[in-house]
Amino acid sequence: MELYEGSLDTKEIFGRWLDEQSNSNYGAYIPFVGTIRAEDNIDALSFDIYEPVLKAWFDSWQKKAEERGAIVKMAHAIGDVPVHTSSYVSAVFSPKRRVALELIDEFVEDFKANAPIWKYDIIDGKRIYAIDRSNQMDGAGLLS
Amino acid sequence: MIKVEFLGPIGKEPVEIEASTLRELSSKLKADKELLEWLDICAVAINDTMVNNLDISLKSGDRVSILPPVCGG
Repeated sequence: MELYEGSLDTKEIFGRWLDEQSNSNYGAYIPFVGTIRAEDNIDALSFDIYEPVLKAWFDSWQKKAEERGAIVKMAHAIGDVPVHTSSYVSAVFSPKRRVALELIDEFVEDFKANAPIWKYDIIDGKRIYAIDRSNQMDGAGLLS
Repeated sequence: MIKVEFLGPIGKEPVEIEASTLRELSSKLKADKELLEWLDICAVAINDTMVNNLDISLKSGDRVSILPPVCGG
């Protein structure tokens, strides 16, 4: 798991991950890129991350992937990320394509639901929490 | 004392509260009107492990994190 200040250098990250696994005998490598879209007059998105819980979440997915003979990778931006650049990349390596195709779907969807990352719109220099697009984590409301 | 941290957009400084269970901590936090709406939608971690049970015991030095709705990517 990798965290960076600002936009991700997607080509460097994907190229490096590919090089790292070049002799691992994985038959399938599926990368996913999340790019900031220009919409609703935003100049950028901005992100806060709580790293200890994110690390625990990622480690639990690495275990699930290992049980299927695969590995998962991810990188995310912290702070401001301008439109048309990338804030999030992930990938799955597996011996065969079917596991990789299923795992990238499950991994990215659970990332959206449970990774402790908070998103803000940057509009006219203001940082506005994107609550309408955010998801309550598993167990939300416990203290209410 | 239990340290309670409010993560991401809640924008509130950490507080220290005396409580022996998560249930007791909940009732003390609910005394803060500003927190009521957040508590309805927030998840909870104790010492960075996510939890889903109010009967969990707390001991002095435990750190409770309040996690608002998320949207990575």
